[in-house]
Amino acid sequence: MAVTRKKAAPKKSSTKKSNTVKLKFDTGWSYDPAPESRSAATIKPQYDLFINGQWQKPSGKKYFATTNPATEEKLSEVADANAADVNKAVSAARTAYDKVWSKMPARERAKYIFRISRMVQEKARELAVIETLDGGKPIRESRDFDVPTAANHFFYYAGWADKLEYAFPNRQVAPLGVAGQIIPWNFPLLMAAWKIAPALATGNTVVLKPAETTPLTALKLAEIIQEADLPPGVVNIITGAGATGAAIVSHPDVNKIAFTGSTDVGKLIQRSIAGTNKKATLELGGKAANIIFEDAPLDQAVEGVINGIYFNQGHVCCAGSRLYVQESVAKTVIRKLKDRIETLIVGDPMDKNTDIGAINSKQQLETIHRYLDIGRREGAEMWESSCPLPRKGYFCRPTLFTNVAQSNRIAQEEIFGPVLSILTFRTDDEVIEKANNSPFGLSAGVWTDKGSKIFNLTRRMRAGVVWANTFNKFDPSSPFGGYKESGFGREGGLHGLMPYVDIK
Amino acid sequence: MAAASSQTMLPDFSLSPRIDQVGVEERAARFTTRSIKKESKLNGLKLILNMIDLTTLEGKDTDGKVKQLCYKAMHLHDAVPGLPTVAAVCVYPSMVKVARKALEGSGIKVASVSTAFPSGQAPRDIKLRDTRFAVSEGADEIDMVISRGRFHAGEYNFVFDEIAAIKEACGDARLKVILETGELGTYDKVRRASDIAMYAGADFIKTSTGKIQPAATMPVTLVMLEAIRDFYYKTGKMIGMKPAGGISKSKLALHYLVMLKEVLGEDWLTNEWFRFGASSLANDVLMQIVKEHTGVYQSANYFSVD
Repeated sequence: MAVTRKKAAPKKSSTKKSNTVKLKFDTGWSYDPAPESRSAATIKPQYDLFINGQWQKPSGKKYFATTNPATEEKLSEVADANAADVNKAVSAARTAYDKVWSKMPARERAKYIFRISRMVQEKARELAVIETLDGGKPIRESRDFDVPTAANHFFYYAGWADKLEYAFPNRQVAPLGVAGQIIPWNFPLLMAAWKIAPALATGNTVVLKPAETTPLTALKLAEIIQEADLPPGVVNIITGAGATGAAIVSHPDVNKIAFTGSTDVGKLIQRSIAGTNKKATLELGGKAANIIFEDAPLDQAVEGVINGIYFNQGHVCCAGSRLYVQESVAKTVIRKLKDRIETLIVGDPMDKNTDIGAINSKQQLETIHRYLDIGRREGAEMWESSCPLPRKGYFCRPTLFTNVAQSNRIAQEEIFGPVLSILTFRTDDEVIEKANNSPFGLSAGVWTDKGSKIFNLTRRMRAGVVWANTFNKFDPSSPFGGYKESGFGREGGLHGLMPYVDIK
Repeated sequence: MAAASSQTMLPDFSLSPRIDQVGVEERAARFTTRSIKKESKLNGLKLILNMIDLTTLEGKDTDGKVKQLCYKAMHLHDAVPGLPTVAAVCVYPSMVKVARKALEGSGIKVASVSTAFPSGQAPRDIKLRDTRFAVSEGADEIDMVISRGRFHAGEYNFVFDEIAAIKEACGDARLKVILETGELGTYDKVRRASDIAMYAGADFIKTSTGKIQPAATMPVTLVMLEAIRDFYYKTGKMIGMKPAGGISKSKLALHYLVMLKEVLGEDWLTNEWFRFGASSLANDVLMQIVKEHTGVYQSANYFSVD
């Protein structure tokens, strides 16, 4: 047939051998720098402790620096709270609880929380800039995800404050008292919102400690809380490292511990509160399985894998760090993934076009490098983007490992960086077994065009959150939390109220 | 020959990859968050001008209208020196000769719709004659429509054979296959129709006639670009893309360019492989280019409306 002959010998020189074809992303039309202005943010040279509605000097008179991981420059210094400061903060919270907050009508409490959310929205740009400067995440993410989601969280729980009788029908609920809250460095403002909003809505008072590498947005939130005229002592925000956190956890007048962070620290906390009547929620590490079946919408699945593991430089406890691909489509998926990764822009977090910013700290970058070595030594095949990295600052190319087995450490341990381990599977049962074969159980993802397969999997998966045909989606109305060593208790949604109340 | 046999091995089109609506729309939206400034904006805008198929497809088209449009195609805005021309002028077959003559020596291509455009509801021999006529009148490119009715009825072989036959009738003219995505209904079907068109011999796949709403959208174009990428992976053959209808602002056109660059890469960033089917986009792009030069927007009165 003439048509076939024409196709075999085309006139245009557009046909290449298909095994050598490669898409090119590195030359030609490129984007000029589009940096967000730093002047949108006011960062003071020094921050004290926010206790009882006032900024108080640390009794040890010690301060430590917080730096911009993208430039290694010092941004500010913050107070190092010792046990005496913690004690001051807890007693301020106790007094505020006894005298004001627990007696205030719930609808009045709600107004304060609403006011905080409105002010977070009003100062969104400043908060986004500070979050990016202090933590290294791309401005696109802090602007489009962290800050708006934090505001939404306050809005959502403000709504619950005077409706608790509907949240727990035919039951009576009472607040617990003082909540000690310790949050991580990956989503500093958002985690503060996750902790503070439900605690206030249910009538508790708070002592919150942000992570030592990313304290600035929490301190900005303290300024907002002060401006919102929240009664003194209802929210206290104190900075410091592990010792400060330990002092909060072991303080006898704290009724509830809420912690998000590493599994190791979570175990320490659990040990330290054993034998007390402190309640706790622990939201710890993860090694989420993201599962792609051969009938999945592959291009969208690839995008989901990108969002799953390279969002926030992979500093996400629910990151989809174990990718399971059905063998029949593994080659295609890996090829698409590599092409997609080549288009990710790595660099200045303040640039509006940056997809992957700076690793949060030098220490974390070293941890990631250690795992890259481990992976290579274990015989897995490492591939990384060909993108250039800035000379200064802590950066890591988006990386993936193929030829990985369940027995590899890079398939078992949480790396907390932009590193994906790819494993293959053949049958549904096999992949469910492999996915559950982990000490963690925080989240998972399933990609298939077949609804029944989704329900079969989600029912059998031991993970707190299972996303179907999407990944890393968060909403204040949706509960979040883990199984096994990923912790216990739920945050968000109706479930997120429970850890902060006594149900009678 | 190995290459030939792998190309003649046709896939089962009913098994074309499925598309997740939420995912593809989210991905398309993400391209719009790219911030295109300064030099990259100016270069992008010029590239867009050079990718436009300046189009008039009206029942009331006359020689005069087409001649004026052709003059505009060659002289987009003489007040700014060094501007490119558009890629092609797109007209009905009866207007091809006029356009051919008016564009003589300019390097601008003449594209002609054919195959009983826009409905495609005519017997095959009429579609073939329509195509041969346009080619004999001097069309460099043929924009055909697929038989959407047959496609919806599941007669993929019919659709495939028709495209292959038109391709043969095109001779040296490049064939753009219009899927009319606004009539296909789902992204799954857009993907399936794209696959059929490419395997049947399309040089370009094109979203819309411009006569049906919705016309081109970013998610639909993304689905088609991904189909082109998969075809390229498999066969090594490049296929062009033409979103048409509904793209009238330069900002949106820049988003399309970003999407093209990040899905198919640099090789496609030329009017040989990407076109905008548009009638009013050019003036908006010109307005932006003048603004980049002078720092102020000029009123629409300064830009000719041929």
